[in-house]
Amino acid sequence: MTTLLQTLVSALSLGSVYALIALGYTLVYGVLRFINFAHSDVFTLGAWSAVSVAGAIGWSVTGGGHFALPVVLAASMAICAVVGVTIEALAYRPLRRAPRLNVLITAIGVSLLMQNVGQLRWAFGPTPTASPRLMTDHTVTTLAGVRIGTVDVAIVELAVMLMLCLEVLVYRTRLGRAMRAVSFDERTASLMGINVNRVVSITFAIGSALAAAAGVIYTMKYPTVGQPADATWILLGLKAFIAAVVGGIGNVRGAVAGAMMIAGLEKFGAAYVSSRMENVYVFAVLILVLLLRPSGLFGRAVVEKV
Amino acid sequence: MRTLAERVAAAAAERTVGQRLGAAFGAAWPLAIGIAIAVVLQTAVAPALGDYHARVLLDAGIAILVASSLNIVNGFAGQFSIGHAGFMLLGGYAAAVVTYYGSIKLWGSPLVHGGFLGSGDWLFLGACVIGGLVAAVAGLVVGLPSLRLRGDYLAIVTLGFGEICRVVVQLSADVVPAAEVGDRSIVELANNVGGALGFSPPPPTYVSPTPWLGGTGHAGIFFVFALVAVVLIVAHRLKRSSGGRALLAVRENEIAAEAMGIDTSRAKVVAFVLAAFFAGIGGALYAHEFGVTLGPKDLGFQKSIDLVIIVVLGGMGSISGVVLSATILTILPELFREFAQYRMPIYALALIVVMILRPQGLLGVKELWELSIWGRLWRRLRGRSA
Repeated sequence: MTTLLQTLVSALSLGSVYALIALGYTLVYGVLRFINFAHSDVFTLGAWSAVSVAGAIGWSVTGGGHFALPVVLAASMAICAVVGVTIEALAYRPLRRAPRLNVLITAIGVSLLMQNVGQLRWAFGPTPTASPRLMTDHTVTTLAGVRIGTVDVAIVELAVMLMLCLEVLVYRTRLGRAMRAVSFDERTASLMGINVNRVVSITFAIGSALAAAAGVIYTMKYPTVGQPADATWILLGLKAFIAAVVGGIGNVRGAVAGAMMIAGLEKFGAAYVSSRMENVYVFAVLILVLLLRPSGLFGRAVVEKV
Repeated sequence: MRTLAERVAAAAAERTVGQRLGAAFGAAWPLAIGIAIAVVLQTAVAPALGDYHARVLLDAGIAILVASSLNIVNGFAGQFSIGHAGFMLLGGYAAAVVTYYGSIKLWGSPLVHGGFLGSGDWLFLGACVIGGLVAAVAGLVVGLPSLRLRGDYLAIVTLGFGEICRVVVQLSADVVPAAEVGDRSIVELANNVGGALGFSPPPPTYVSPTPWLGGTGHAGIFFVFALVAVVLIVAHRLKRSSGGRALLAVRENEIAAEAMGIDTSRAKVVAFVLAAFFAGIGGALYAHEFGVTLGPKDLGFQKSIDLVIIVVLGGMGSISGVVLSATILTILPELFREFAQYRMPIYALALIVVMILRPQGLLGVKELWELSIWGRLWRRLRGRSA
């Protein structure tokens, strides 16, 4: 019972991180039909921005009371949104009509650039660092020997809040309608007077800001932040991407469902089968889903037109 | 209607002995030249270069071999693979198991055995082929999803494949020392490859750049460049054959290729299997290289990306372009050691800039000698002398 509950709690917070990253993948895929490989690096940037901002204000050790989390979160989201929009404008926009392979290689190039610039000495440096303490972790309750702290609650609350905001934005506002129109048919949307470049930029800003939030959550949950080119970031980003694919890429609600499934699979597999194989399960699921249902569990199949 | 066998027999009977000899020689002379070059590199160039530069030459050879294999699947067939190091890993470990445990079984010690082209060298060459075959089987497994997946998804699957290879090797047990092997079978020992820390004690170092030093391999550079010759000839002949043109057609437009009667599934799987086979051989060479600890970390995502960078910068589909870029990208980091931390940012930037300005890669499908610059240069030179 303790193991079950413990696993459930850790799966929920990990799932929140995956979900916020997966939303960025899915949003960008929705409007541009390509996989933004650099997205996981925006997530890394989000985590490191949180470290830097908290460090600069002096909150890394003492904790900054009630203001620490909102300030760091907002700063980190703003930094990542700007970076995301810049990446799109400089690297992806010139290739809007290019073959998909070229866009893919460019995206990998952007990802490598961010990782390797990030670990330069004048950037974030080549060594891991301790996470800032953005909030004090009180014990909320203890269920069957499993401690549930304020951090756990805050993480899930934050993630759910952001997802609800996104849901409202995509399905209830004019901007969201424009995004869905571009996703449905870019040319027709532009003929209807939608500024496609502006919608794409905003999509990148939103996706990157969500990734930044995931990064901040990561620093709240885990005690150390790996160096920017660390393999853990690549793996985390990949698993979030897999979550987006499993949920049906381009599908906003599917991404959240996929993220929870992947996190559950990983954590329960690790707890009940073998902890050293957790990455293998996830990739095996990806390959299975791609082979059996390439459009994902909640996606709709696309027929290729000549 | 005659059967295929009858037609082949009839065609063979029509040709004279001279024609047949000529055909055989015509097919063999590029290989003969390649082996001659390999001999010269080994016996004359490497000693003249000294051991450090000979080592760079050796690394360049392996990079050329593996990048050329990636060029078959990525450049010719246009199937984007970012898990190519996974094939190297499988080939390298399979070959290392054969030479390490095989040497112990045959000769009682995991050291280099016999002289040049002696029994030890033959075991090593056999191990290279076995490594290639193991990787080729994996290539088949990875190639099959490529029938249903394109572009980005295929890239992710190949990436996942590379990761799974790495994790599986990390979970393996320690290498069994020579004294404890006893009468356990090689299949049983295939799981004892050292786990996360790498294959240690190492397999025999047949691929050494410094044959004049005692105790290491005899002809590393010769083996590497002879195999490079094989790979380049296969790639060149493939590119010029109808099968290779089918691959290029699949790359340009899969639906159009299918409409023209090309079996696109077959073409893609063939490309994957062939590329994996040669990558496996490259991995086998790498595994037996002097001074290399064969470990799962060095043949991971980063290695795959390095290979992709070589192929993209050289020109996706250009054999000579990939040879050139593999050589340059191996030598450059050696020249600029003090700027090592800027190596990857510069590569990444180069990747982005090349993709935006020259989407086909620096050379595209063209070979070096097919560039229009030669004609222009020639005309200008002639014009000046006239």
